Amino acid sequence: MKRRDFLTRSGLAATTVVLPVLAQQPPPQRFQPVQDIAPLLAQLTGGATPQQGGIEVQLPAIAENGNSVPMRIKVDHVMAPDDYVAAIHIVAERNPRPLVASFHLHPASGRAEVSTRVRLAGTQKVTVLAELSGKRFLMTQADVLVTAAACLDESM
Amino acid sequence: MILGRIQVPPNVRKGEPFEVRILVQHPMETGYRRDLNGQAIPLHIVDRLVCRVGGVEVFSAELGSGIAANPYMAFYAMADASGEVEVEWKDNRGETGRVSAKFSVA
Amino acid sequence: MRALAAVAASLAFAASAQEPSRPQPLLPGSTFQSPEARQMQLDDFANPGMLWVERGQALWSEARGASNKSCASCHGDAAQTMRTAAAHHPRYYASAGKVLDLEGRINECVTKNQGAPALAWESQDLLALTTYVARQAKGEHIEVAIDGPLREAYEQGRRIYFERQGQLNLACTNCHDRSWGKTLFAERISQGHPGDWPAYRIEWQALGSLQRRLRACYFGVRAELPAFGSQDLLALEVYLAARARGLELAPPGVRK
Repeated sequence: MKRRDFLTRSGLAATTVVLPVLAQQPPPQRFQPVQDIAPLLAQLTGGATPQQGGIEVQLPAIAENGNSVPMRIKVDHVMAPDDYVAAIHIVAERNPRPLVASFHLHPASGRAEVSTRVRLAGTQKVTVLAELSGKRFLMTQADVLVTAAACLDESM
Repeated sequence: MILGRIQVPPNVRKGEPFEVRILVQHPMETGYRRDLNGQAIPLHIVDRLVCRVGGVEVFSAELGSGIAANPYMAFYAMADASGEVEVEWKDNRGETGRVSAKFSVA
Repeated sequence: MRALAAVAASLAFAASAQEPSRPQPLLPGSTFQSPEARQMQLDDFANPGMLWVERGQALWSEARGASNKSCASCHGDAAQTMRTAAAHHPRYYASAGKVLDLEGRINECVTKNQGAPALAWESQDLLALTTYVARQAKGEHIEVAIDGPLREAYEQGRRIYFERQGQLNLACTNCHDRSWGKTLFAERISQGHPGDWPAYRIEWQALGSLQRRLRACYFGVRAELPAFGSQDLLALEVYLAARARGLELAPPGVRK
């Protein structure tokens, strides 16, 4: 008897097996999803609309390892006693905690330029928000491709 | 005592911004990793850093777990007179660290 | 005449087979890293491995054990006395009756001369001291003599290096001689030299020893990991040092 005939005769081909629904933990997230950062940005700006541009962000186009990605931020703005960059925020839309860091500057900083190393939980857009004195805001984004390690080292 | 290092140019020009570089030894544990027994390793991060020149704050940072382990930071400061750059930090367990460096104003 | 030539040729072949596999040209591991990792290694201030060097510098002057002596008590200024040490390890020590790498030599001093318990493998203190000592030899060239007492370890290391292992059935030579410079997923395969170790590995988010990195390779081919301080890992270290003869040291490295 051919296989197909057997299955059709025994009704197995058309059978849908129903599994009991188990009380399960949700599967661990293998890929961190991109989140909507608009509420976070609104919180940081107090509702004001940021102006696009005016910030130079240096990030590698490809980050070999998301554990440490060097980043340089330069806000193109004066640092005068009554007109200066008051804060710089880094937001990573795909990180489990999107607000990466907030840097607070003063006129005595002299230059609105900060460098650091960030963690990126996957390929994403990184947003930099600059707060100017007088509650004005500048914003820019940069795309980073984050690749996985070839040999994930789970050994000690 | 959280260890760290600071780099400041030994001589700076009056009123001209100079770069301050900081490197802090800290695992910046995200709280998402698990140990070999499957237990979550608790969040352990440097969450605040402050820089003062001549006792006056010129820069501060609020850091999250999105900052890489052994945090590195570079920023700018200015001074009118010779003095000392002081940087202090703390982590979420209350441990602190501090470094300082002197500079001369030409 | 032809028979003689054939015999001579086979002898020559046998002799060259004894020589370690040496990639041409000899390139340090930093060559195969991303520009960002390379930049991090070159930055003497911001290289995260330097935090361990600083810690090691402090430990160098700390009294330890029953002797109440510090490393400095006998060895003085490490910048002078340890200037070439890392370039000549692993080495055979008649006083210990065995081959020791840098970590082993440090622990020999800690236990025999300072009268303190041995520092655990991959402990922060041992890493710090090893990196501090290795750092003093930055710019020196690897020179490990494999004739004499080191020969046995060298031969053992060479056997391991060419032996296929693990679920993936790969030998070190398959990647690090045949395929260096080629990409594996997103990484470029290095020549597998020990010159920049101990190194800060971004994957570990910490500094680790060469033995830790070798164990990671065993993991990579899904082979059973040899224990820290085992004869196998020591033998491999000897072979790799001989194979990298003349390579300039630049610890602590920064690796992906």
